[in-house]
Amino acid sequence: MFDALSERLERVAGRLRSRGRMSPADIDEALAEIRTALLEADVELGVARHFVEAVRARCSGAALSKSLSPGQQVVKAVHEQLVEALGGEALRLTYASRPPTVVLLAGLQGAGKTTVAAKLARWWKAQGRNPLLVGADLQRPAAVEQLRVLGASAQVSVFSEPGDPVATAVAGVAEARRLGRDVCIIDTAGRLSIDEALMDEVRRISTRTEPHYTFLVIDAMTGQDAVATARAFHEALALDGVILSKLDSDARGGAALSVKEVVGRPIVFASTGERLADLDLFHPDRMADRILGMGDVLTLIEQAERTMDQEVVARSADKMLSGRFGLDDFLEQLHQVQKMGSLGGILRLMPGMNKELRQAADQIDDSQVSRVEAIVRSMTPAERADPVIIDGSRRVRIARGSGTSAQEVNQLLKQFKEMQKMMRTVGSGAMPAMGGGGRLGRLAAAREMAKSGGAEETLAGMMADNRPPRPAAPTDQSAGAKGRRNAKKKGGRVTPPKGR
Amino acid sequence: MIALWIVLGVLAVLALSTAVATSTRRRRSLGPPAAVATRGSSDIGANAVSEAPEAGPGPEGSGAPALRDRLGRTRGLFAPLRALGARGELAAAIDAAEEALLRADVGVETTTALVASLRQRPDGGADGVLSALSGRLVEIFSENPDRSLRVDREPGVVDVWLFVGVNGVGKTTTIGKLALARRDEGDSVLLAAGDTFRAAAADQLALWADRAGVELVRGAEGSDPSSVVFDAVHRAKARGNHLVLADTAGRLHTKVNLVEELRKIRRVADREPGRVSEVLLVLDATTGQNALAQAREFTEAVGVTGVVLTKLDGTAKGGVVIPIERQLHLPVKLVGVGEGPADLVPFEPAAFVDALVGV
Ligand SMILES: Nc1nc2c(ncn2[C@@H]2O[C@H](COP(=O)(O)OP(=O)(O)OP(=O)(O)O)[C@@H](O)[C@H]2O)c(=O)[nH]1
Ligand SMILES: Nc1nc2c(ncn2[C@@H]2O[C@H](COP(=O)(O)OP(=O)(O)OP(=O)(O)O)[C@@H](O)[C@H]2O)c(=O)[nH]1
Ligand SMILES: [Mg+2]
Ligand SMILES: [Mg+2]
Repeated sequence: MFDALSERLERVAGRLRSRGRMSPADIDEALAEIRTALLEADVELGVARHFVEAVRARCSGAALSKSLSPGQQVVKAVHEQLVEALGGEALRLTYASRPPTVVLLAGLQGAGKTTVAAKLARWWKAQGRNPLLVGADLQRPAAVEQLRVLGASAQVSVFSEPGDPVATAVAGVAEARRLGRDVCIIDTAGRLSIDEALMDEVRRISTRTEPHYTFLVIDAMTGQDAVATARAFHEALALDGVILSKLDSDARGGAALSVKEVVGRPIVFASTGERLADLDLFHPDRMADRILGMGDVLTLIEQAERTMDQEVVARSADKMLSGRFGLDDFLEQLHQVQKMGSLGGILRLMPGMNKELRQAADQIDDSQVSRVEAIVRSMTPAERADPVIIDGSRRVRIARGSGTSAQEVNQLLKQFKEMQKMMRTVGSGAMPAMGGGGRLGRLAAAREMAKSGGAEETLAGMMADNRPPRPAAPTDQSAGAKGRRNAKKKGGRVTPPKGR
Repeated sequence: MIALWIVLGVLAVLALSTAVATSTRRRRSLGPPAAVATRGSSDIGANAVSEAPEAGPGPEGSGAPALRDRLGRTRGLFAPLRALGARGELAAAIDAAEEALLRADVGVETTTALVASLRQRPDGGADGVLSALSGRLVEIFSENPDRSLRVDREPGVVDVWLFVGVNGVGKTTTIGKLALARRDEGDSVLLAAGDTFRAAAADQLALWADRAGVELVRGAEGSDPSSVVFDAVHRAKARGNHLVLADTAGRLHTKVNLVEELRKIRRVADREPGRVSEVLLVLDATTGQNALAQAREFTEAVGVTGVVLTKLDGTAKGGVVIPIERQLHLPVKLVGVGEGPADLVPFEPAAFVDALVGV
């Protein structure tokens, strides 16, 4: 449904290119497209306006490059501006010299606070820390029980006592200190920014527990309201950062930009699923691609890594690379991919997906996939391993066995052959010719120009995979973060590394 | 068919790139991958039934408050337009209207269409634009006139209302509120805790069942949700309850296996003596344009019959229901305006529109 910005700009850029240079009117037209794309991605109107003006300044200030077409220059400017707006200085998580380091989570109802609390506990535990969870949501039915269950699966104990949320939070911090826990994570009830009594309550929790870190948990599917909510919570609690939840959805996530602009503090973590392991550091450049509809292939690959059966994947990879990939492997692979989500949803995260392809994906339903499955299942093992042996009479038998037509069987065989060819190309390290690859290529060129440093994280870059592994866990750095808002925050380890 | 193959080809590339990345890169420890794909194994028939107390604490003021009384605290999107007054220039008024609609999450497409229809009005200044816009919005809603909730009370049949939606939108809370409201209206209600996945989801619903003084059927955590719903329907029949409100786990509309699980729940609930008479999609008013995708996908999967718009007591305007009504013809039937038992009201188009434009 959404036109990717790149598609929109493509249309404008076609005209721009033919004239060779950008007039103010051209820029206006391109910027109008950018504004629309941002609004469709749920960026708040005022924020979108600001953003567009910043891009204008970039475009009109910059000398026209000889190597890039005007359209490419606009895309480059938009992308750079977006990464800059979403990123900036990363939050350096340090630990209190007098433990525990207190972390307060706040946000609207249902944003994902309780889940994130448990995820953070698990994450810190994996860093060798010893956290305590504090359940200060005494309002929603079974909220504390939910935290207890999640805490148990993270193997982190949970403190809560009935009565007053402020008192519980204070007692929780004292309990963490008594038990010698070094991190204390406080889960609070969901509240509306205009609920004065509840906003006052969380303000009192903050005053009394003096959290070292206060995070706003916000749903990536949020619309225009993100700004009002972020502003109110920031005013009440002086946020240190933001945690974006439900990024496994197919929402474009413009709320990230809205919130970042209002709060001005880093987006630290991304929550990407219901399981406790689904917590990642936030990557501004991936988010920029996603908001612009340019795909979020790294997130996709990470999701794939988590959902797919590693053994199966490794086995098929071997076969693919060596050209021994048969129809059986294909079925297995298809099932793995299906585990990740709907084909349409997956494709929306892919780069270079144009409108036609996405529409094509939308047309696919499970019945088509099961027809393919039926055809393959009607083949003998020998046929599956080596489809070349399938002649006319075998085709008829397979069609009958699967309740399909010989034509469909034919098509499957033909496409499978194509697919094998593509795999061999990829296996030999060449770039895949994907739909809309031209655009992807140009975008890559534009980004190269931007000298963003580090390897290009396009699909092609992934496949060649000649980069060192991305740091999955935070790296150690020296203490003494500069520019900390709060002087009492000291400590040893530094967490999210800047950028990626 | 062609489309399928294009897509499969692309996916093969994806799968391969993942595989290559995986085998080349050192693996991170990310927990057992096996537990990901399917939630819960089937554990049919193992569902306990918890008796509710004779009578739970009654609701305070159970007469449903009108939507009009519950909205209107945070108006102001249309204040700039209003400020232009009767003599404001048409162009400025239209710009102000456009901005307000976008800020209400109505979305670019529907806003553009609405604004285009305003342009055809030559006179009236800002006030004229406002009333024309209100009229147009009410018209959109009037295309889906039936906002009633269906319950047949046919002898031998148990009506099932299934609640579906993405994570955290307010399904369980809505069921809790509705249990009270329907009981007060003389329905004999039973709750099915069909969320066997999320931590303490059944406990949450059990507290609402207590509050409403209705019975709840629940299963073990991780058990098959459709068997819980199946048991609930039969339990309802045995006890003489004619309406089952069935909760389901929050799920993204993009997760194929979870949507498939939902389809199965619906199928099972529709088996004799059960009959699915409403499938209510719960949408969070703070959600932006993704709500459209949710509405489309859930409708395709399980045949949504109506929308519940929650959290309209906040600063979000929930304007995305306008394209949902206009394009998908899904009627909003209920509105959530708070976390308390009485905070659920029938949707009234005129009141919603008035609140939106700030009469
Ligand atoms: N798909 C997905 N679901 C999530 C994510 N984070 C949380 N959830 C789900 O969202 C729902 C709400 O999460 P909670 O952690 O209970 O949210 P909360 O902010 O604590 O909610 P309240 O305490 O009721 O205000 C649950 O169903 C979670 O499983 C995420 O990143 N992705
Ligand atoms: N302010 C307000 N909060 C609401 C409303 N409806 C639900 N909530 C709150 O939103 C949060 C999530 O509600 P739930 O009923 O748990 O949502 P759910 O859809 O069942 O969530 P999952 O089962 O985790 O997917 C809770 O904190 C509710 O109290 C409403 O109309 N207004
Ligand atoms: Mg919570
Ligand atoms: Mg629920």
